[in-house]
Amino acid sequence: MTGFLTIAAKDLRSELRTKESVNAALSFAVVILVLFSFAMDPTSEQMAEISGGLLWLDFAFAGALILNRSFARELPNDCLDTLVASPVSGAALFLGKALANFVMLLAVELISLPVFGILYGMDWTRRLPHLLAVLVLATWGITVIGTVFSALTVNLRLRELMLPTLIYPMMIPALMAAMRLTTLLISGEGVSGDDWIWFRLLAGFDIIFTALALGLVDFVLLG
Amino acid sequence: MNAVTVAGVCKYFGDFPALRGVSLDVEPGSALALLGRNGAGKTTLLRILAGLSHPSEGNVLLFGKPTRDAASRSRIGLLGHGIGVYDELSAVENLRLFARLYRLPDPDRVAAAWLERTSLDRVQDSLVREFSRGMRQRLAVARAFLHSPSLLLLDEPFTSLDDRAIALLQSLLSSALSQGATVIMSTHQLREAMEISTHVALLSRGRLAHAGPRPPEMLADPAWLYRTYGEA
Repeated sequence: MTGFLTIAAKDLRSELRTKESVNAALSFAVVILVLFSFAMDPTSEQMAEISGGLLWLDFAFAGALILNRSFARELPNDCLDTLVASPVSGAALFLGKALANFVMLLAVELISLPVFGILYGMDWTRRLPHLLAVLVLATWGITVIGTVFSALTVNLRLRELMLPTLIYPMMIPALMAAMRLTTLLISGEGVSGDDWIWFRLLAGFDIIFTALALGLVDFVLLG
Repeated sequence: MNAVTVAGVCKYFGDFPALRGVSLDVEPGSALALLGRNGAGKTTLLRILAGLSHPSEGNVLLFGKPTRDAASRSRIGLLGHGIGVYDELSAVENLRLFARLYRLPDPDRVAAAWLERTSLDRVQDSLVREFSRGMRQRLAVARAFLHSPSLLLLDEPFTSLDDRAIALLQSLLSSALSQGATVIMSTHQLREAMEISTHVALLSRGRLAHAGPRPPEMLADPAWLYRTYGEA
């Protein structure tokens, strides 16, 4: 299973050289935030109510650009065949790619948050440790779903269309939890009482879908 | 124990039968030339042997183990249609990557040795996308051989190789065979194949038309097998 670190390092090194995925995702994320700032009054009291929804829609849409490239980057030169034929297990291959995607998407989110704060006049640091926990849990959930479907759609001609179509419905529970928690935390309210159920939902989502992905990845890759 | 045991393998793509009841045993240390016209099923069979595809029916064992067993995969060296290396990584990064994936001790030393052996040591830090075609081919050969595989699966390896890469590949194949490796090579380059092969197998429209030791007639007339077994 240590092969997953080798795979993750390879993907991150490739991305640092080409910057294809992160540049596209970050540009898209910032543009969405800018466009919405024109569409809405950024000083509106309602901004705090919709901040979570805006941010996580932004991250989910931008994340698709990273996730689409995940297994597609293995297609040139038949590298995917070489990887699958190697001793690295399907689970390690999946985990390595998911880890790399997670790092890239988290980087986009951490850069987008200050942009959000500036454009909308929101102080997003008030509950920073909890907010970071939400970011980590929700981003992993998005990444796990997106990575396994990236493997599923890699050989489809319309994968840029199919991937978002398939992953967004699957992400709804995680996105709902992330949106709710982010709204609470950015507005300055703590997480208390019944709100902890959203954290448990995120954690449970991550555990269940990570286990499912690890169990199904060989079938996805080989059919 | 055979190096490769193929038992009643069928492979369907939808309704199309790419392989129909292929059964084949390959002894350790032999070099099998897998022959057949385009569309005969050679690549399909090689992909099944490499564990890249499941047969629709039948069974395949490599050294007595299933193809998807990690122990089987660690013994395979695959040289397919693509070069199987990353354009955005350097030559040494590519070889280190595969040395690590194959859990070789001291990946740096292994990568350096193979770069020298394939005359790529002076460009080891250059990105593969900057390489000439011949350099990319030699790197692909290094990648396929660096873990000293017991079973080499080569899909038309001589196609589009330059003279230097052909000489390198032939040298490496001879060396591997002399050390007991097994080679299965699909090819249209009959003369190059006859130089190293000990056995031949002819696929015709998904069926195994003939398999056995290389007939002596093929040394003088490589196309003899096609004419004799119906593929003129």
